[in-house]
Amino acid sequence: MEILLALMVGILYGTGIYMMLRRSMVKLIIGIILLGNGANLLIFLLGRITKGAPPIIAGDAKVFAEAFADPVPQALILTAIVISFGLQSFAIVLVKRAHTVVRTDDLDEMNATDEDS
Amino acid sequence: MNEQLILYPLFLQMAISIILMFGWSKIKFQKVFSVFGSVLSLGLAIWVFTFIWNNGTQTVQAGNWEAPFGITFVADMLSATLVLLTAISGLAVSIFSGASVLKDRLRFGYFPIFHFLLLGLNGAFLTGDIFNLYVWFEIIIISSFVLITIGGEKAQLEGAVKYFTLNILASMIFLTAIAVLYGITGSLNMADLAGQIAMVENRGLVQITALLFLIGFGIKAGVFPLYFWLPASYHTPPFAVSAIFGGLLTKVGVYALIRVFTLIFVDDPFLNNIIMIIAILTLVSGGIGALVQNNMRKVFSYLIICHIGYMIAGLGMFTEIAIAGAIFYLIHDIIVKTNLFMLSGVVYRIKGTNSMRDLGGIYAKWPKISLLLFIPLFSLVGIPPLSGFWPKINLIKSGFINESYITVGAIIFASFITLVIIAKLWAEVFWKEDKELPLRSNFGYFSKMTKAKRMQFIVPVTLLSIVSLYIGFGAEHIQELSARIADELVNSQGYIDAVLKSKN
Repeated sequence: MEILLALMVGILYGTGIYMMLRRSMVKLIIGIILLGNGANLLIFLLGRITKGAPPIIAGDAKVFAEAFADPVPQALILTAIVISFGLQSFAIVLVKRAHTVVRTDDLDEMNATDEDS
Repeated sequence: MNEQLILYPLFLQMAISIILMFGWSKIKFQKVFSVFGSVLSLGLAIWVFTFIWNNGTQTVQAGNWEAPFGITFVADMLSATLVLLTAISGLAVSIFSGASVLKDRLRFGYFPIFHFLLLGLNGAFLTGDIFNLYVWFEIIIISSFVLITIGGEKAQLEGAVKYFTLNILASMIFLTAIAVLYGITGSLNMADLAGQIAMVENRGLVQITALLFLIGFGIKAGVFPLYFWLPASYHTPPFAVSAIFGGLLTKVGVYALIRVFTLIFVDDPFLNNIIMIIAILTLVSGGIGALVQNNMRKVFSYLIICHIGYMIAGLGMFTEIAIAGAIFYLIHDIIVKTNLFMLSGVVYRIKGTNSMRDLGGIYAKWPKISLLLFIPLFSLVGIPPLSGFWPKINLIKSGFINESYITVGAIIFASFITLVIIAKLWAEVFWKEDKELPLRSNFGYFSKMTKAKRMQFIVPVTLLSIVSLYIGFGAEHIQELSARIADELVNSQGYIDAVLKSKN
């Protein structure tokens, strides 16, 4: 399971960065989304995967007797998902708006900010 | 009641921006209330600052969860100082926004978002939890995305796409770094991490994590070679937005670097060397970049990059004197960079352009304003006794003690190049013979403004100039403050004890 997830994270990071390096703005957004998912899975993976042991303590016990799944990474992922959702929706609207105003999908043609004025 | 004192700046900014949202389309109310709220938050920041100065580091454990399990808020001297500086710049920019930002932009919630940005900044300075720091960073960048795109001009959107992409990439790298850090230590509390990291045996992994943090924060701080988004975007939004960005946003990155590399990843010669090399290249490349620009705001954008180098150099040398120099420079830089972008706004209003080639003759027509603008410009260069001079003494002294003469050379080169740039700017913009520019219709020229509106431009510049003058002439006080902060940072045990042993 770990090795599978590790490969998955690697593929998501790799494709995400690759897509961000393309010239199309739409691919840029796809890259951001893939990268975000990769980061979330990485947190999940690095929080150690423990199967079938929810962190619920028995009523009469004071401490956990056995290994339990760490709930913190899941809380972190939840936060990160919400944040990246917000950012991605902003990105989509921004790119749409930029496309209407600049009339191009090619990031290399966006060089009005480099003009000497 | 003083236990929760350090959270008040956060609550206040949040309350201000929520109240502002209720007056969504009432621009006049928003202008007045924003200034009123900023004055309040300045008062509160002074209170927090004096409280920390007298009583030492304060902590609040959110929800009474003991550290390292809950989220901790920590206010040491560095945080308190930065909260104070945020409040000062926030007040100045809030006054400046009222007059300089167009009505159409104000109608779309400029002020509420502006105060959300300040909330994020205060939160980032006060938190003691690395994941919480990530969340505050996101609040900052989401607010800044809105501020940079509000208005939707062509240049703005193009700048925003670049700004957006690189900042989101920085956040992802930061998040990755947090994931790896949690994987190797199982903790998120910065004070706790300091102890945990020291015990990790796999030093290679620790260094890789540190490099991920360096890249993530480095993009935000705008260090070489990660700064290209900065000069591509900072000259596009309204002047008030540029001012708050230029003054505070890159400095948050610097703050995070200082915090992480003095508390968590300490005493690693490999990392310190990398930081030094980055600092030297930043100083040189930022300075040379500024030399060839024509747009005033672009010149200042490159100067931001150049001067980030001083702070990073201080961090890289990692002696108490050098860090004191870096902190002193940080204090000086926040005030003066905010002021510079407002200054370019005043010049824009006077002549209707920011192109140095077309400008000229401002000194002949507006001698008093020119003399006022003289203060921030030459504070930046650091002609003694103005404020930019003093921190460099610390940095150069530390460079000689460490025998890193290349750093000393880069620092002197960067100050010299700043002098050349500012002298050129002064000659072009203020002294050169006036050119007749075609008058722009529908443009609010400074000469046609009412006196009250003019004051809204002049008062914030004056306010920050006075602060700059104080930093210059009262350098002894600032030096004492920086030395104390540097002492706290280098001997981080005090910080760790304050977080982990507090009983509330």
